[in-house]
Amino acid sequence: MDGFIELCGIRKVFPGQSVPAVDHASLTLKKGEVFSLLGPSGCGKTTLLRILGGFEIPDEGRILIDGKDVTDLPPNQRSINTVFQNYALFPHLSLWDNVAFGLKMAKKPKKFIEDEVDRMLDMVDLLDQADKKPHQISGGQKQRVAIARALINKPQLLLLDEPLAALDLKLRQRMLLELDRIHDEVGITFLYVTHDQGEAMSLSDRIAVMNRGKIEQIGRPMEVYEAPSSSFVAAFIGDTNFFRAKVVSTVSEDYSMLAVDGLPEVLAYNDKKLQNGQQVYLSIRPEKFRISREAPADPTHINMMRGKILDIIYLGSNTKYRVQCDHHILMITQQHARFLLDMKPFTWDEEVWVSWNADDGYMLQRFEESDTNLLGIPPVEDTVP
Amino acid sequence: MTRRKWREWTLTLPSMGWLVFFFVLPTFLVALIAFKPRSLGGGIGEGWTMATWLDILQPSYPLVVWRTLWLSAATTALCLLLAIPVAYWLARLSQELRNWMLLLIILPFWTNFLIRIFAWWSLLHSEGCLKHTLVWLGLASPNTQLLYNEWAVLLVLVYTELPFAILPLFASAEKFDFGLLDAARDLGATRFQAFRKVFLPGVRQGMLTAFVVVFIPALGSYAVPEIVGGPTSEMVGNKIAQKVFVDRNLPHASALATLLALVVLLPVIYSIFMRRIKTTQRGGKRS
Repeated sequence: MDGFIELCGIRKVFPGQSVPAVDHASLTLKKGEVFSLLGPSGCGKTTLLRILGGFEIPDEGRILIDGKDVTDLPPNQRSINTVFQNYALFPHLSLWDNVAFGLKMAKKPKKFIEDEVDRMLDMVDLLDQADKKPHQISGGQKQRVAIARALINKPQLLLLDEPLAALDLKLRQRMLLELDRIHDEVGITFLYVTHDQGEAMSLSDRIAVMNRGKIEQIGRPMEVYEAPSSSFVAAFIGDTNFFRAKVVSTVSEDYSMLAVDGLPEVLAYNDKKLQNGQQVYLSIRPEKFRISREAPADPTHINMMRGKILDIIYLGSNTKYRVQCDHHILMITQQHARFLLDMKPFTWDEEVWVSWNADDGYMLQRFEESDTNLLGIPPVEDTVP
Repeated sequence: MTRRKWREWTLTLPSMGWLVFFFVLPTFLVALIAFKPRSLGGGIGEGWTMATWLDILQPSYPLVVWRTLWLSAATTALCLLLAIPVAYWLARLSQELRNWMLLLIILPFWTNFLIRIFAWWSLLHSEGCLKHTLVWLGLASPNTQLLYNEWAVLLVLVYTELPFAILPLFASAEKFDFGLLDAARDLGATRFQAFRKVFLPGVRQGMLTAFVVVFIPALGSYAVPEIVGGPTSEMVGNKIAQKVFVDRNLPHASALATLLALVVLLPVIYSIFMRRIKTTQRGGKRS
């Protein structure tokens, strides 16, 4: 079923602020999917979540659940439950009573409440801790109680507001698997808000990337990563190298040559059919490059150039290089498929070949210079240090 | 005595000594005097006697004790009822506005306590402006007496004790995580249910403190019933003063004061005792 939950043109301006927190955001969630709202802090994702939860009323726009308009309903009358960022467990109640809260409010029969609470606590593996108070358990356990408490009313939509932000890395990874398992078990639609692209990519069916109150792109994780619609998305999801370029000639129907200042002409896949003479931005992910001592044997569809290794950051499973090609400084990541100690690794100041497949450079039309500041990425035109 | 125990004792000794010397000892002295006969000159006589305690059982006292208890209880209840919403509201205000409001709450303390009660006296007086306004509005007849009854005492007691209820409740409410109310609403609670099931338990400590700091001074109030209550609305405090200053009967006054102290102390001792039983039970269950 399509269009289970629909947000149409949501806009919200907080009093005393000129810039809207959420600006004409429209989304459609499918039943049972895990959908992530991804963006830097202050991008409006939490406001959008609070609007969905009923804690803020939008200035414009409608929210439909299963065709029913819920825009003006208070939180307690929506079939939406939330896992709050700081868990918001009731400190004066035991874990059992925390989980039972929703059913008690709904005035369900006592026997039913007892069975359901036990079942939910069992699902999150906390049945033996049921009598404890929230302050007696760990962060990961609190997280699981919060999830059980939010799911017990069988909402049509579960909102998760940066649920893993307060946990350490190892626990975060475990909880991510746990969340995935819980989602498979209950089949409820999840709306997951995060600033962590790794969480969003690994958990979601689809992602919406938000920036300054606007939704920049909606797509499957792979689409968003490989084919970002804007410089912001390209830079926010993963790392990338930007080049200011100009389309100079058409090679074939799908490929064009680009002129990049200081580099040999670059062959790039032109899926957007951009005309010659047009200014574009070329984005190449660090892992798409290949560094080699000899020039690639088969130069078909391959771009190559000389470069000098400036920095080497060895990370075990991969190594990050900073390579200077003319006045551009590139971030390049290389995986180690082979046993590294037997190979002759690259060293500092070594002259190497940098190459990449023509299909791996992605052309962007839209680029907002201010985004580079926002994301802390170096400006496009790097000068020689 | 272990080293740790010894350190604990030496650390608490100064404050313990202070409490014993200035608080426990005087209380015991007052209680002792209640077992002494009175001397003719208005002082304390020789020997020991139970006569004062038998005197206290005289028929006029139960009424005064009862009035003291219900006035104090009603004052406490009304103060809590008024202070809880105020504390909630204060805690949600912006920092700047909140500071101004707190200043307004503390402002009356800059005027002497007795003068403020006299102000109420003149307001409630049969020629006072409050009475005239009520008559003009047709809400009271010209011969209604606002002053010199239990309701006047209650009104002025609530007025004087209210800031003492607001401040501890505000301190609690300020620490309360208002996100919990969102969580309750999210789980289907109405605004009122969220307030009752989550906010009130959240400020429980503040409520307890407010209860103690309102109820105990109200029990011992003397000036308020003296000025706006008159002879028909006396409380135990007035009786004690009368025994000291008019009847010159120190043992009798001491017995009344001891009685008042017991009314306060017994529930406290009881609750400490109950808590101890509870913790030992819980400890037993876990082991």
